[in-house]
Amino acid sequence: MIELKREELLISQLADLLVNDKHIAVGAASPIPGAAALLAKEEAKLQNNRIRVTILHSNKYNNFTDGARELFDCAAQGRIDTFFLGGVQIDGEANINLVGTGSYTKIQKRFPGSFGSALMYFVVPQIILFREEHSPRTLVDKVDFISAPGFSDENIYRPGGPKFLLTNRALFKFNKQKKRFCLLKIHNNESIENIIKLTGFKFDVDDKITNMSIPNKTRIDILRNKISYMVSEFYPEFADRIWGV
Amino acid sequence: MKQFDELSLLEIVDEVKDGDLIGIPADYSGVPMMFTKELIKKGVKDLKLYCLPLTTIQGDMLIGSGCVSEIEAAAVTLGEFGLAPRFSEAVEAGHILIKDSTCPALHAQLQATEKSVPFMPLRGVIGSDIQKYRKDWQVIENPMKCSGHKNEPILLLPAVQLDVLIFHAPCVDKNGNIQIGRRRELATLTHASKKVFVTTEQILDIDFFDNELSAATCLPALYVDGISVVENGAWPCALPGVYGQDNDEIKKYSIAAKTQKGFEEYMQNYLFN
Repeated sequence: MIELKREELLISQLADLLVNDKHIAVGAASPIPGAAALLAKEEAKLQNNRIRVTILHSNKYNNFTDGARELFDCAAQGRIDTFFLGGVQIDGEANINLVGTGSYTKIQKRFPGSFGSALMYFVVPQIILFREEHSPRTLVDKVDFISAPGFSDENIYRPGGPKFLLTNRALFKFNKQKKRFCLLKIHNNESIENIIKLTGFKFDVDDKITNMSIPNKTRIDILRNKISYMVSEFYPEFADRIWGV
Repeated sequence: MKQFDELSLLEIVDEVKDGDLIGIPADYSGVPMMFTKELIKKGVKDLKLYCLPLTTIQGDMLIGSGCVSEIEAAAVTLGEFGLAPRFSEAVEAGHILIKDSTCPALHAQLQATEKSVPFMPLRGVIGSDIQKYRKDWQVIENPMKCSGHKNEPILLLPAVQLDVLIFHAPCVDKNGNIQIGRRRELATLTHASKKVFVTTEQILDIDFFDNELSAATCLPALYVDGISVVENGAWPCALPGVYGQDNDEIKKYSIAAKTQKGFEEYMQNYLFN
């Protein structure tokens, strides 16, 4: 049995969600999604498939030449299939908050800001919400500030939106009709009861709920021998901490 | 006659006035840190920072040094090294006004100025609290019959013109054309700014327009008001294609700046040693 790092398990869960994509983009502060996208690309190559990956904070793995606005124009044109967003808080209707806690005009704890979420959440078909910390303070009943809403009125142009939410304990799928998350997979050391306890919003539980799948040796080898070095180009601290490269 | 004005760094600093709306490039576009250092030393006040679309250590230092009254940005962060501590504390204490935005809106407002039109539409954003608190933004129904969707609400953003922009570039040719590579957002910032000054690693005795590759990746001198050679001018930030970010230094800053006292000690050393 290979000893697996928690980050590697999460990279593997995300990579499973990317197999049908043609173009995956990865934004700020996202080493785990970045590694997952590059892993999906390498695995697709072995299957004779092509996935394009754009990592914004990389010089090498960035397909854009028209400045920082190209990501948003490209996404609005429908040329990006998957993008990742995080949040200081995420609520049960998939609203995300990247701004801070407390009321906006008298903010208690200020975080960086909304980045491009307020457009990307609307136009990219598969948004994967990724927040490692799974606790009642991150997964809340109602966010304090909506950086980007989980759903919109029918008359708003919105081909995109939330599809999944991954934390270090669980994977949820978002049901657009019910405006509600459904628990799909849990970490091996977790129970449904504990997930309920640690989640600040109510959610459904899938009939076929399983444990997070453990990556096979081939995937782990690609990750450690190839992807790790690629990641070190744009997230050196992370690559050093996880793989010592 | 020389085709551009070569200035000293202090002459560029003198071009920035109290209360100016100043363009701030992202950490990947060539942050003029040596300029920022001199600007802080001069004690400029009430700056309004317009970040395209975010700022890291440059904005945090200006805020911590009391140079800023207002900031429009999609994010202020130290990236891998965590929150921007002087920014967060200033917003929590209500010492600065933050106009929260989102990256494509910051681009679009400058693009409107590039085209000299009064506003620019943008999809998305509607229904967010960003929109709710931006009284300068408006939503209309798509007035077009032949494009977009019928009855579609669409966000309009005002054109924004900057008073002044300073960025750092790898090199400049003998005619004052600036090499910006693929960092085309620097062109957007430049086109939307009344005055533009560039610090650069070096001036080369060549003409970028002699070669198709270098011509396509340069910003023409006609937009630029002055250039100053400042070696290592982006340190500790990265200069794309030339040098990387000094992670040790940013980490050191991120720890020191957690308190105002630690920040002041760090800045004393940074500014004067």
